[in-house]
Amino acid sequence: MHALHDYIVAPFVEFAFMQRALVGALMLSASACPVGVFLMLRRMSLMGDAMAHAILPGAAVGFLFYGLQIVPMTLGGLGAGVVVALGAGAVSRLTIQKEDASMAAFYLISLALGVLIVSLRGSNIDLMHVLFGTVLALNDEALVLIGAIAAITLAALVVFWRALVAECLDPLFLRSVSRLGPPVHFVFLALVVLNLVGGFQALGTLLSVGLMMLPAAAARFWASRVEPMCLLAALFGAASCICGLLLSYHASLPSGPAIILSAGAIYLLSIIAGTRGVLATRVRHISHRTA
Amino acid sequence: MDACVTFEDLTLGYNRHPAVHHLSGSVRKGSLTALVGANGSGKSTLLKGIVGVLQPMSGVCRVAPGTSLAYLPQQSELDRSFPARVVDLVSLGLWPRRGLLGRLRPEDFEAVATALSAVGLDGFGKRPIDTLSGGQLQRALFARVLVQDADLILLDEPFNAIDARTVADLVGLIMRWHGERRTVVVVVHDLDLVRQHFPEALLLARRPVAWGDARSTLAPENLLRARQFNEAWDDDAPWCAPGDDHPHAGHRHDGDAHRKGAA
Repeated sequence: MHALHDYIVAPFVEFAFMQRALVGALMLSASACPVGVFLMLRRMSLMGDAMAHAILPGAAVGFLFYGLQIVPMTLGGLGAGVVVALGAGAVSRLTIQKEDASMAAFYLISLALGVLIVSLRGSNIDLMHVLFGTVLALNDEALVLIGAIAAITLAALVVFWRALVAECLDPLFLRSVSRLGPPVHFVFLALVVLNLVGGFQALGTLLSVGLMMLPAAAARFWASRVEPMCLLAALFGAASCICGLLLSYHASLPSGPAIILSAGAIYLLSIIAGTRGVLATRVRHISHRTA
Repeated sequence: MDACVTFEDLTLGYNRHPAVHHLSGSVRKGSLTALVGANGSGKSTLLKGIVGVLQPMSGVCRVAPGTSLAYLPQQSELDRSFPARVVDLVSLGLWPRRGLLGRLRPEDFEAVATALSAVGLDGFGKRPIDTLSGGQLQRALFARVLVQDADLILLDEPFNAIDARTVADLVGLIMRWHGERRTVVVVVHDLDLVRQHFPEALLLARRPVAWGDARSTLAPENLLRARQFNEAWDDDAPWCAPGDDHPHAGHRHDGDAHRKGAA
């Protein structure tokens, strides 16, 4: 019992940097995971990945002018993300091109710009830092930022919940009864960008998508309604953060990949053992009901 | 007579090719109209124009102010894999009353339950929507229209792939709406069904062929005329300009000329 305490609780009690990492990661799970559920339900899972790449040039511009500082890099990332999201969203709404193609085009342009800007100044180590983040080095500024992003996200989800569900379930119906469809879509894209930017402090631009999508994808195997699915995704996210941080602490692994791999393990387990997973649906049941 | 929907020289279409060409007239409040015509004759397009998801190329489509509208599209964009239950789907119909933020009240849940029972889906409330058959889903969508409690109801081919008994049930619902003085427009292919149940009909063949009493609209000579239109687009069709062969007033194209098709 004591050993268990030493192993799981002690690192968080003893070290301030572990506490900060935990608080940041938990806040991020609470807000990014439900957003990931909606991304998945709208079949935009890969769009999160594209958005993460798209954020890079903005962060790079911040980095170019101010060095490795959180606020300018975040604002830059936010700006780039919004430009790409709005651009891709507008192209898909105004032309025949679907959002997957326009998003791919915009993010590729954006990513190339980002790499170009980073290479103008700074070494590859800096680039690694932007790409993979450091959850163990969250300062007060970063924590406040993540907290604000989580608060905004949760508030927006509560306010727009019904519209988000309607827009996913039957977009044409929403258009026939309300003009909220397009604005809700953009609010949602803004939430995605916001959460990816929040995550990029802790996990880097690339891995922040992992915390958004993996718990959501795992929750799909357990829940058959949206509300439980979001809650479960947030729980999975929190669990992977705790596991990942402990792994990183005890085995001296980089924290970001450790967190995402923990989420990945939960996902793989869910595929097999989930109530809607392989075992439950593929294995032939011996008996069935008469009606 | 009070008009619920008014068309003034309305032309709707895609890529400058008209799908509904120069339609004028009005749908009376409380009327029940069947929209009839071959494939590609502009029936669904006209409904989209009324709903407002398609903007007119020229002319006006006006819905009387304060009219609430329920629309059941032919090809629903419904995502059947979405994790929702039948009640969640039907509850969407509460949107016009409760909007984005309004709380659902006990009477709302009652309205949803009543609607489900009216379409014969008692006990289906908690079923996930991906377990419904095509006909059951169509009935659930009818229940949503019921819940919407709208003044103007537009149904696009609601009887496709539906068994005879369910068609009878759904026609019963439509007659009930008609009895409640709601304005109903239904796209139907089954002409016998139209003759039997619908007081009025509009026969479309891109342009309106006949509009009025259902039986006289569906007279053989009208049906023959309706068949004589070319469904395909003609890229070499001349631009439709004022003073052409069709009679209409106040023709405006203002640089938004469209092809005449093969009319």
